[in-house]
Amino acid sequence: MQAIYIIWLRQLKRYLRSKSRIVGSLGQPLLFLVALGFGLGPIFQKAGGGNYLDFLAPGVIAMGILFTALFSGVEIIWDRQFGFLKETLVAPVSRLKIMIGRTLGGATVAMIQGVVVFVLAFLIGFRPEYLTVGTFFLALVFMFLIAVLFTALGTAIASQLDDMQGFQLIMNFVVMPLFFLSGALFPTEGLPSGIALVVKINPLSYGVDGLRHALTGIASFGFGIDFGVLAGITALLVVLGSYLFSKIQI
Amino acid sequence: MDIISVKNLTKKFGDFIAVDGISFAVEKGEIFAFLGPNGAGKSTTIKMLTTILSPTSGEILLDGHNPLHDALQARKSFGIVFQDPSLDDELTAYENIEFHGVLYGVPRETGKQRAEQLLKIVELWDRKDELVKNFSGGMKRRLEIARGLLHHPKILFLDEPTQGLDPQTRNHIWSYIQDLNKKEGITIFFTTHYMEEAEKVAGRVDVIDHGHIVAEGTPEELKKKTNAASLEEAFLSLTGHDIRDESASGTDHMRTMGRAWGRH
Repeated sequence: MQAIYIIWLRQLKRYLRSKSRIVGSLGQPLLFLVALGFGLGPIFQKAGGGNYLDFLAPGVIAMGILFTALFSGVEIIWDRQFGFLKETLVAPVSRLKIMIGRTLGGATVAMIQGVVVFVLAFLIGFRPEYLTVGTFFLALVFMFLIAVLFTALGTAIASQLDDMQGFQLIMNFVVMPLFFLSGALFPTEGLPSGIALVVKINPLSYGVDGLRHALTGIASFGFGIDFGVLAGITALLVVLGSYLFSKIQI
Repeated sequence: MDIISVKNLTKKFGDFIAVDGISFAVEKGEIFAFLGPNGAGKSTTIKMLTTILSPTSGEILLDGHNPLHDALQARKSFGIVFQDPSLDDELTAYENIEFHGVLYGVPRETGKQRAEQLLKIVELWDRKDELVKNFSGGMKRRLEIARGLLHHPKILFLDEPTQGLDPQTRNHIWSYIQDLNKKEGITIFFTTHYMEEAEKVAGRVDVIDHGHIVAEGTPEELKKKTNAASLEEAFLSLTGHDIRDESASGTDHMRTMGRAWGRH
């Protein structure tokens, strides 16, 4: 337990000490909220979609979590390059515990990020009537699941890469498609069938839907399906990530 | 009793044979020096011994455990100071030590006492709360050694521990290590390029070159065998005077292979 705790604590300290990373990772969500929220708001309203900022904010919160969580997982590449990975890998602690500590650490950091984006959204006018303290806690559950899922995915990918050159590839071919094709920006009803299929198999879609449901009451799949799919895929990725992580050689 | 036993250990990276069927054994409580020029296969061997690289073939037993099949048990038997940096730059010196102590299950109070003692030996106690990224290379090296000595394992691997340190610090560190060896019976397995250091502290020496073990014995035996006045002369006469390039690391070899297969 102590080992898991100290690994978790390390992730948290690293995050809180990198001011540039915190500020940098807030710029993008803010830009999305302001530019898209206010830019597309009037059209969305005219088309009968209601308040676009209410619709968009949960998607952007999910984006903040996605980016931070994946990045936390991918941090293993840094640890490998700076040599710190060796220090954890030769320690008499099972790889599963190291993986759990890292994943919980990354997920905690990502959740903090998600809550900060929520506050940003609140400040620029995101005040859904549906939201209560109870539904906010439900939203936290979904934030946590999204965070764990993508930290584990980042870990799984990073354990297969030995330098940073692959990182751009991940951003372009994993992170961006996951985000744009998740229903974070647009409603998933009435889409062309190709895109609709991609949205359906994208795990982030269920995270965004659950989060949006909890925060604003707008839903496509329902809590049961959202939770089931997210929890299932999260468990699968944690197992896969642990396995790949345990195979790392220096 | 042999606490480390290695039989026909081989590691290939593609066509390159880094370690070529070496066998040796280290007895419990020995101070054993593993010497060789750059690129001879020392670090590759240490990586295999410490469970972070799997051998191509051969067998290793650490305190009776096979690092390949029983990695966790094997890891419980040793501690290591790596040749290259392995600190977290974003943590303070003390946090790095603390992290190590918790991972290795050092009791809190013992950990605190040892941390203070060790940080004083390497003269970093005053700067324990500074971030490691602000440290010089030598300071990082000293911290790394202090951290490696925090827990008292059965076997301690030291891969060029005193590289780049001044004679004062080297003396302090070696007397601390010799003390550990004597009082707690900890087996020391180390590499170094300072031959006078090896001559002074090692009970037994193996010389490795081009992935083969070319000589084995006490420093005295090696000197006698080569008619040399010092271990340095003996080492040169065993391994030749040619200058070696530092061979690329295992990861570099894997990268080269990856490129060859079009993976990157």
